Amino acid sequence: MDYNRIREKLSILADAAKYDVSCASSGSNRKNNSGGLGNSTGMGICHSYTEDGRCVSLLKILLTNHCIFDCAYCVTRKSNDIPRAAFKIQEVVDLTINFYRRNYIEGLFLSSGIFKSADHTMERLIAVARKLRVEENFNGYIHLKSIPGASDELMYEAGLYADRLSVNIEIPTISGLKLLAPDKRHEDFTQPMNKVKNEIIRYKDELKVNRHTPKYAPAGQSTQMIVGATGESDRDIMYSATHYYRNYGMKRVYYSGYIPVASDDRLPALGSQVPLVRENRLYQADWLLRFYGFSVKELLDEQKPFLDTDIDPKLSWALRNMHLFPVNVNTADKQLLARVPGIGIKGVHTILKARKHRALTWDHLSRFQLALNRAKYFITCASPDVYHRDREAGNLKELILHQSRSKYRHLHANQLSLFN
Amino acid sequence: MEQATILLYDGSFNGFLTAVFKTYSDKIATVDIQRADKGQHGLFSDAVHVVTDTALAQRVWHGIRKKSGQAIKEIYFAFLSEQEGIERLLLSYIRRIFSEVRAVRSDLGNEMVLRIEQLARKVGREKHRMEAFVRFQLTADGIYFANIEPDFNVLPLISRHFRSRYADQEWIIYDLKRNYGLHYDGSCISLINMDLPKSFTNTLQLGDEFHESEASYQELWGTYFQKTNIRSRINKKLHEQHVPRRYWKYLSEKKPLQALPGA
Repeated sequence: MDYNRIREKLSILADAAKYDVSCASSGSNRKNNSGGLGNSTGMGICHSYTEDGRCVSLLKILLTNHCIFDCAYCVTRKSNDIPRAAFKIQEVVDLTINFYRRNYIEGLFLSSGIFKSADHTMERLIAVARKLRVEENFNGYIHLKSIPGASDELMYEAGLYADRLSVNIEIPTISGLKLLAPDKRHEDFTQPMNKVKNEIIRYKDELKVNRHTPKYAPAGQSTQMIVGATGESDRDIMYSATHYYRNYGMKRVYYSGYIPVASDDRLPALGSQVPLVRENRLYQADWLLRFYGFSVKELLDEQKPFLDTDIDPKLSWALRNMHLFPVNVNTADKQLLARVPGIGIKGVHTILKARKHRALTWDHLSRFQLALNRAKYFITCASPDVYHRDREAGNLKELILHQSRSKYRHLHANQLSLFN
Repeated sequence: MEQATILLYDGSFNGFLTAVFKTYSDKIATVDIQRADKGQHGLFSDAVHVVTDTALAQRVWHGIRKKSGQAIKEIYFAFLSEQEGIERLLLSYIRRIFSEVRAVRSDLGNEMVLRIEQLARKVGREKHRMEAFVRFQLTADGIYFANIEPDFNVLPLISRHFRSRYADQEWIIYDLKRNYGLHYDGSCISLINMDLPKSFTNTLQLGDEFHESEASYQELWGTYFQKTNIRSRINKKLHEQHVPRRYWKYLSEKKPLQALPGA
């Protein structure tokens, strides 16, 4: 094996794949029953983290970065003058197996530029997955990219070998898509998504009758949207995310702050800053929707098309709904506790357990993993009340900002100095 | 004043549970349980050596499990933290579990209960880290070898994970701090002690005890690790939070990378 040649290809094709955010390796249920290699059950594992702080769980590469499309936001678009490379199927298989055996990774995330046609590309991706499963007896995690426009038959076959399938919607609005990816139609994205959704439903139904039903994408499907490329609002993004969660049964929607990779009049200029804070706030909002019982309308609406950047969306919601607070931690129900700024789901469970035994005081609460610097203004407990809650929302926000050290504080330094 | 009796055990979890059994069967009131090799018993106390008895240990194990399956797991995890005084803490916890009708584990407003829960969680985190950070290096005789220095004694906890994952390869995970390891020979796991000439960190030069392809794969992995990073998003603080520096020396991706020839 020519390691240097492989290393060159890996350099090019890992570099081109890194803009795909997803690295999840959780939620599958592939046991190693055959005495073969690997398993992927339940919890995912992040084997390392890159210097940008992102998890490395899968070998995330493109099969090739040759592409017939010319999407403005994409680094591998055909008009971009970059080195191109292509892996052979066996090369990807060898890399995956050898990395996996050394405990570097949980599995493979394979995507590709589109060469010849959508179906032709999809076939090659499936060939890699098939080889891993059938010839190498590999039970690790496989995430395949659904190529926009791939046929239903291929999407069916892909799900038989993959744990997760994803197709990236990339541009949250249809007008944005027309502007930046004129070769692609909205339906090209939704068609494979729909097929996968229906197959997952069918698989789950058949599983109830026959537990030997061949697995179909047991870790579900996901998608990704670029943030900050087309002037879309947070409301556009979160409403469309809600749409995909609800109508396509998505396991995850990822948000990817646009990193300028091309100079193009339609896009932010090269070198402009990646909207990291905005991306972070969107993820926080996403969590509120999925785990904290919020509906998207409570966070964003026509009057409020953007999330606050200086405070998190839960605090922002609470400040707009001061009439609901303070809540008593010793009596409030679970749903309401989860809505208190500074109390996370783990904190909720701790409180629910502990209060069965005794009335909780500040002393107890301070030993739990809560962000009391925020929470204390929204709760009461068995101790005497020391935090004056007859505050205006505006004052309270400044007070909290002043007393906490946000990692984004430097970005808002100007606003804060007004109150110093 | 009643004489304080100290039970000395061999350091194993079964040994500890045997000692717990003794406190009940011999009705010992004031008691501490200490490892025989670390015992610092005072002048005015009796020290009694407890001989580990798996059958007695099992009775305690099942007794606790009958009260709460989660509690016994938590006790085991907390025990493996090897914290100073952990035996005394766990003993009073176990006593409370046996003496009360209602569940004790959820009483997180109680300092002891909370402390044990937190310790168990810390050990759980270290277990998960080791499942992530073990880096096997293929030896010349075909064994996937890794050495580690975990903060807590997590080898017993990770053994099942690695066995079911790497069922078709021979491997060794060796804890340098506690000087013992797991060896899987393709069918079962045994505990081993080795006289390692040195620790095998992620050095650039691999000795000839390793397979000829090993250096190449480490280089490929290192290349991947660098190329998958997005420079414009750099956040080293977050990086070090997730991968604390003390783990770096055994991580293959943290070794300096030689430039590609011709690049």
